[in-house]
Amino acid sequence: MPSQQAKARRDGQSAAPAFRSGRPGAAFRRFVGRIRAALRPEPASIRRRLVAALLLATIGSLVFASGAFADLLTPESGGSPNADEIDTLYKMILYIAIAVFVVVEGALLYSLFKFRAKKGRVAAQIHGNTRLEISWTIGAALILVALATVTFAKLSAIQDPPNSDPNGLQLAEGVLTASVDKPMPPDGKAYTICVTGRQYVWRYTYGADCDRNAFGLPYSYEEMVAPANTTVVLDIEATDVIHSWWIPKLGGKFDAVPGYKNYTWFKAPRAGEVYVGQCAELCGRNHADMTARVRIVTPQEFEAWLEQQRTAIAEGDRQVQTLRRQLSGGGDL
Amino acid sequence: MATTDYALRPTPQVIAHEVHAERTRARWIDWVTTTDHKKIGIMYIVFSFAFFLIGGVEALLMRLQLGAPNNSFLTPEHFNELFTLHGTTMVFLFVVPIMAGFANYFLPLMIGARDMAFPRLNALSFWLLVFAAVVFYGSLLWQPPEAGWFSYAPLSNELYTPSGGQDAWIFLIHITGISSLVGAVNFYATIVNMRAPGMGWGRMPLFVWTILIYALLLILALPPAAGAVTMLLTDRHFGTNFFDPTGGGSPVLYQHLFWFFGHPEVYIMILPAFGIISEVLPVFARKPIFGYKAIAASTAVIAFLAALVWAHHMFAVPLPTVVLGFFMLSSFLIAVPTGIKIFNWVATLWRGSIITATPLYFAAGFIGIFVVGGITGIFLAAFPVDWQLTDTYFVVAHFHYTLMGGAVFAIFAGIYYWYPKATGRLCNETLGKISFWIMFVGFNMTFLVQHAAGLSGMPRRVYQYPADMGITAYNQISTIGAFVLGLGIALSVWNFVRSYKTGAVAGPDPWKGNTLEWFTQSPPPVNNFDEIPRIRSVEPMKDIRRQLERQSGIQRESVAQTGQTS
Repeated sequence: MPSQQAKARRDGQSAAPAFRSGRPGAAFRRFVGRIRAALRPEPASIRRRLVAALLLATIGSLVFASGAFADLLTPESGGSPNADEIDTLYKMILYIAIAVFVVVEGALLYSLFKFRAKKGRVAAQIHGNTRLEISWTIGAALILVALATVTFAKLSAIQDPPNSDPNGLQLAEGVLTASVDKPMPPDGKAYTICVTGRQYVWRYTYGADCDRNAFGLPYSYEEMVAPANTTVVLDIEATDVIHSWWIPKLGGKFDAVPGYKNYTWFKAPRAGEVYVGQCAELCGRNHADMTARVRIVTPQEFEAWLEQQRTAIAEGDRQVQTLRRQLSGGGDL
Repeated sequence: MATTDYALRPTPQVIAHEVHAERTRARWIDWVTTTDHKKIGIMYIVFSFAFFLIGGVEALLMRLQLGAPNNSFLTPEHFNELFTLHGTTMVFLFVVPIMAGFANYFLPLMIGARDMAFPRLNALSFWLLVFAAVVFYGSLLWQPPEAGWFSYAPLSNELYTPSGGQDAWIFLIHITGISSLVGAVNFYATIVNMRAPGMGWGRMPLFVWTILIYALLLILALPPAAGAVTMLLTDRHFGTNFFDPTGGGSPVLYQHLFWFFGHPEVYIMILPAFGIISEVLPVFARKPIFGYKAIAASTAVIAFLAALVWAHHMFAVPLPTVVLGFFMLSSFLIAVPTGIKIFNWVATLWRGSIITATPLYFAAGFIGIFVVGGITGIFLAAFPVDWQLTDTYFVVAHFHYTLMGGAVFAIFAGIYYWYPKATGRLCNETLGKISFWIMFVGFNMTFLVQHAAGLSGMPRRVYQYPADMGITAYNQISTIGAFVLGLGIALSVWNFVRSYKTGAVAGPDPWKGNTLEWFTQSPPPVNNFDEIPRIRSVEPMKDIRRQLERQSGIQRESVAQTGQTS
């Protein structure tokens, strides 16, 4: 009777003969019995179990840590789809990496504790095992094939910019660009900002023509202002030494190399955010002070800001011209 | 206990006698003029270890500066100089030459040779290293270099770095390069021509295999570096424009040339470390190395692939996607032979009878740490992920896991393992183990959190960071860890110094080693061996011991003892 058996188990009589009957519970009970037998304390195995428990605790805390402190172990994201996709790809690799880490370190610790020299232990004189060696070679290769597949599958989402949203900045039809490297959304409509690195400040020039003729275009230093929900393509270059453009929450780094053009893009989902970053390639003594900020505003605010910046720059230019006239008129220049 | 095992087994009669020559000169002249591979090896090891300590002090100064946000302990100028000195010292004046030091001392002993093939070239290669160090550190008196250990152009051009320190750096690359090339040719010739009778390619100790590949990689990788820094020198002083974009040159060309040298250099540093581990593990597991052929072959495969992965240092540079994809796949591939080695080392421990002596502690610590460095390497090889990680503290953590936790732990394993052979005395085991644990804890404290700092947006080579960046705690843990690590290293140094006079007398073969260097006195006489035995396997000492057991009556005793206890 099932209830009697349950009572017997409760009373600790599980050692009663287990018949190999066809009943479905029998196999399970045998299994439980074996586990119990394995768990029954034996003085000699206490230390071994302590080690096992320690190992389990380490693995457990690692798994827990990867959940609880996910932010600690993953790159910054949240400002642009490419940063989010890099974060996802990173996490996929991280899970495989944790599995590999646990298996290899586990095997290492197990052999170090289990096979310590003691009286009477004779080391097995094994020189190798071809089948085993071939299988772990193939195993390692398969993991890497999986990683390469995942990376290539994610690549276009990270590299190729999407279209701007309907509520983004309204842009004219796509302009023909001279470059074939420049990433462009499928509909060819993106807002271009030129990013120029120099010791020790970032300069931003706004407008589609900035890479050909920046004259007369609005610009700003250190803080970039960009419209939300709009695909913004960055033309990155440098005028003196190598710098590297990096706003962690807006995607990866792209080096600004003098004589070369580099490109990246971002599409920020929310207005009102400010994303910070700094130059990531050693560019001289004040490398650490070459900071950058990207302030995301609504498309309307962006248009207004551009206009304001344009008039401010024109006003500044006028003042300089006046000053120049005065100085040259007075014979000082 | 382990020690009973030593006592009960017979020791082979060593056939080597000291050759006494009349001493006519002062002792220091003996050292300066020597062509004996053992003396040169010791000079190499002591000299480069001294630079390890100097580089370590430079690292501690930088950690002090980064211990608090907005710290002004160092000026940005001095901070840049320190990381340039630290990186250059550790690569060119410590890891590469100390491996040459181990090879100098032990390679001829391991293959049963009486000296290196070209003893005078050997002395030349050491003294060139000394001159390179003098030129480089001489710049401290004027203006040290400050463009980083890979000195990217155009920052290293005269316009942006006018100081002569940059030229001192260029000469360091040149002179250590010639020193290493001369050494590499010497190692190659010695290994190919001077092996003991019977020692075919399949019976060469694995450390010798790695030195063979180390020599080949040096010969392959150093000429491009020499070319790159020569072009930099002419750009700086003689009006050429190889790397100056305003004159039509290309800064990216410098990166290609430098990393075509720089990545093989990584394996030049780590392969001999692999060799040391492959020697230490079987001795202390009392078991043959698992998969000898696979380990030797994977060394060669790593060297081959090492020449095909350089552009993974340049994933953020404007390069076509197909190039990025190629270098990602080739970098992934290198994980396979490296993985094979790690699996084989674990399998060597498996079912062994592990003697827990200090060299084994460091060897096991090496594997444990190196696995982490290997795994973080996979993240960096996947180029879209690398766009977030490159040039941050994640990379700093990654290469310290492979070089500091990897190569340096292997070097400590090597020093503890071979110290009795070179000095005739054993190191203090208790002090060695305490030092290991402090180093292990300090190392992980220093560098584990640096992964998190990098992921939170901390670029490398910044002398300051703001308090609101959220990385203050990581940096404080790291700074404390660095000093813990320093304490651990100091204990080992104290151990090495003290044991030279007070250590227990080692005898010819204290560890029951497998290779031929244990078949002579400790320290070995000038002629190394009176007679060289015929080699019949990878473990000639085991063969000799077995033969001895057969001839003497002790064999029955040990069998009886085994039967009793098992």
